[in-house]
Amino acid sequence: MLKFLTRSRGFQRFDWTDWLSYLYLSVGLFAMFAPIVWLVMSSLKTESALSQFPPTFLPYTQKTVQVAGFDKPLPLFMTIDDQGVQRPMAQVRRIGIMATMVDPARPDAPIQVNIKDRKPVNELKFAFGNYTELFGKFSFGLYLWNSVFITVVATLLTLLINSMAAFALSKYKFQGQKTVFVLIIATLMIPPTIVLVPVFLVINSVGLLNSLWGVILPAIATPTGVFLLRQYMLTIPDELLEAARMDNASEWRIYWKIVLPLSAPALAVLAIFSVMWRWNDFLLPLIVLSRSEFFTLQLALNSFQGELNTQWNYLLAMTVITLIPITLVFAFLQKYITTGIASAGVK
Amino acid sequence: MAHLELSRVVKRFDSTTILHGIDLRVEDGEFIVFVGPSGCGKSTLLRVISGLESPTAGDILIDGVNVNTVSAAHRGCAMVFQSYALYPHMTVYDNMAFGLENLGEDKAQIQAKVQSAAAQLRLQDLLQRKPTQLSGGQRQRVAIGRAIVRQPKLFLFDEPLSNLDAELRVSMRSELRELHARLQATMVYVTHDQVEAMTLADRIVVLRDGKIEQVGTPLALYNRPANVFVAGFIGSPRMNFFPAEVLRQSAGSLPLPANAHTVGLRPEHVLLGEAGPLEYRVQQVEQMGSTSLLRGTLAGSAGESQTPAHFEVVSNGQTTVKAGQTVRLSMPPAALHFFDEQGARLQELTS
Repeated sequence: MLKFLTRSRGFQRFDWTDWLSYLYLSVGLFAMFAPIVWLVMSSLKTESALSQFPPTFLPYTQKTVQVAGFDKPLPLFMTIDDQGVQRPMAQVRRIGIMATMVDPARPDAPIQVNIKDRKPVNELKFAFGNYTELFGKFSFGLYLWNSVFITVVATLLTLLINSMAAFALSKYKFQGQKTVFVLIIATLMIPPTIVLVPVFLVINSVGLLNSLWGVILPAIATPTGVFLLRQYMLTIPDELLEAARMDNASEWRIYWKIVLPLSAPALAVLAIFSVMWRWNDFLLPLIVLSRSEFFTLQLALNSFQGELNTQWNYLLAMTVITLIPITLVFAFLQKYITTGIASAGVK
Repeated sequence: MAHLELSRVVKRFDSTTILHGIDLRVEDGEFIVFVGPSGCGKSTLLRVISGLESPTAGDILIDGVNVNTVSAAHRGCAMVFQSYALYPHMTVYDNMAFGLENLGEDKAQIQAKVQSAAAQLRLQDLLQRKPTQLSGGQRQRVAIGRAIVRQPKLFLFDEPLSNLDAELRVSMRSELRELHARLQATMVYVTHDQVEAMTLADRIVVLRDGKIEQVGTPLALYNRPANVFVAGFIGSPRMNFFPAEVLRQSAGSLPLPANAHTVGLRPEHVLLGEAGPLEYRVQQVEQMGSTSLLRGTLAGSAGESQTPAHFEVVSNGQTTVKAGQTVRLSMPPAALHFFDEQGARLQELTS
């Protein structure tokens, strides 16, 4: 690991270009990773720790002690008296700048302490409750299921429909083939926000409002997917298809048994993209799904942000959870992304 | 097993005509080779027969049945492609079984057929490999195996040996020959290599610019080429051509047809000797050990073009002739071919 991290340009000593590249890489790493790390750390803080100022990186919370005679655990402070002796003391109550405090060892002798003369005792405490409580609290399971269902079904349909279109556009010669292809590509130029209202009207008139299919169906035909797959399929030699034709294969079998397996790298890339798009999709679900039992995770996240108060600790925890699938997809399929895009783009 | 008939087959792509009315009859069990320079339409003709391309005009009959409207899949042909076109994601076994699976045969039968085809081609140990793990020769055998496993009526080969190295090509050639003898199947084979054509074919079809120049057995083509093109194409090294004037002017006692314009003589038929009537300037000598090849020009063959025609001589054994020397040679009258101004063959004088 250390060897990997200290690789140089091939000289024994570090060249100035090595320093530059490491600097550049570190800055990039920090810029991209810092917000994520901050998010993860914050999601492990309690609500009170989140509102603390100045904020801390690690999730600290004030230590509490159980003192005899008091029902609730009391917050612990380190106090300094006139002689400069430090003593840990628990706060009973606080009025203005004066606090009534007791020594946990002698709970029967409360004293008055100016709040300037004390500091809270903090301890490192990860609030995993943010995560565990989520599941019971906001029908989290249902939202997760909705999101997973939309992502998986939409991705499978996307792969099927787009590969069929790409197959026809790359392997058949017919009148208007170019026109069709250009038309498909041209839709890339229309921003999705512009077609949002027409899409809504269509979904409404076919009665798919508040149905998961209303989110799935408008999204399955993507020009990017058709383009990506078509470019890849152009590299499959026609002789293979001809050989299959001589082998009595029907056109469907050629597509299913020859072209699809050979397009696997491009399909993997499109699958990754599609999972990303559908999982992170917000606008379309927002207008199509208004009843909370159909909410996706993204919509649920949005609904956490109330008008008056926001439960940040849960919001952050949920944000982390929504990040996990995409991270996993990337971690395991990144090899395909690079090879797939490289071979699909460069013919 | 089938016979194949082509009648006035025309193929046009947009405005260019690739095939100009091909008429041909291929007999049952015959090994026929289409040969010609690149761009002569031989591959297109094969694809028209296979059904991958449809003819613009004309009829294709297999076993007397017109198959113009029958798709490639249902013509009962099997094709071996130049690039082999093996399915890269399937094992050798699956490659060979794919066609049978498409026909809906049952698993046990498929296995039996694939195994027997694999045994014929010595592929048994490779059945579980992927095509990328095979050498060129092995891939070639798999491609042939894929064709024979379906027991087609007609085998079509599209330059199957051109991606192999020279040594492998020779051994595959004899394997193909053997295969044909064993299967007794009708085979149509396309190549640009006239040696392949000579060694494999029962009959050769020489094509040029989408027209058939001559059809015949290899020896018929060698001995009695119908025109200058066939004469030059068949035989290696290629036939020497020179103006008939050379013979008319030489001391020559050689009788030649009045309208002879060009004379052809194969390098291996030239006789070197002091008494020869013709003068030959040697420019290069290639010693092959068993034979020697001399390259040079024939004196007096310059004609109107001012550049003397190239002339090659193959002599048996090793020669003492050096480059730059001038030697004398003679031509046996029986070995001379005469062509008229249009390049068509003229009848021999002796007959």
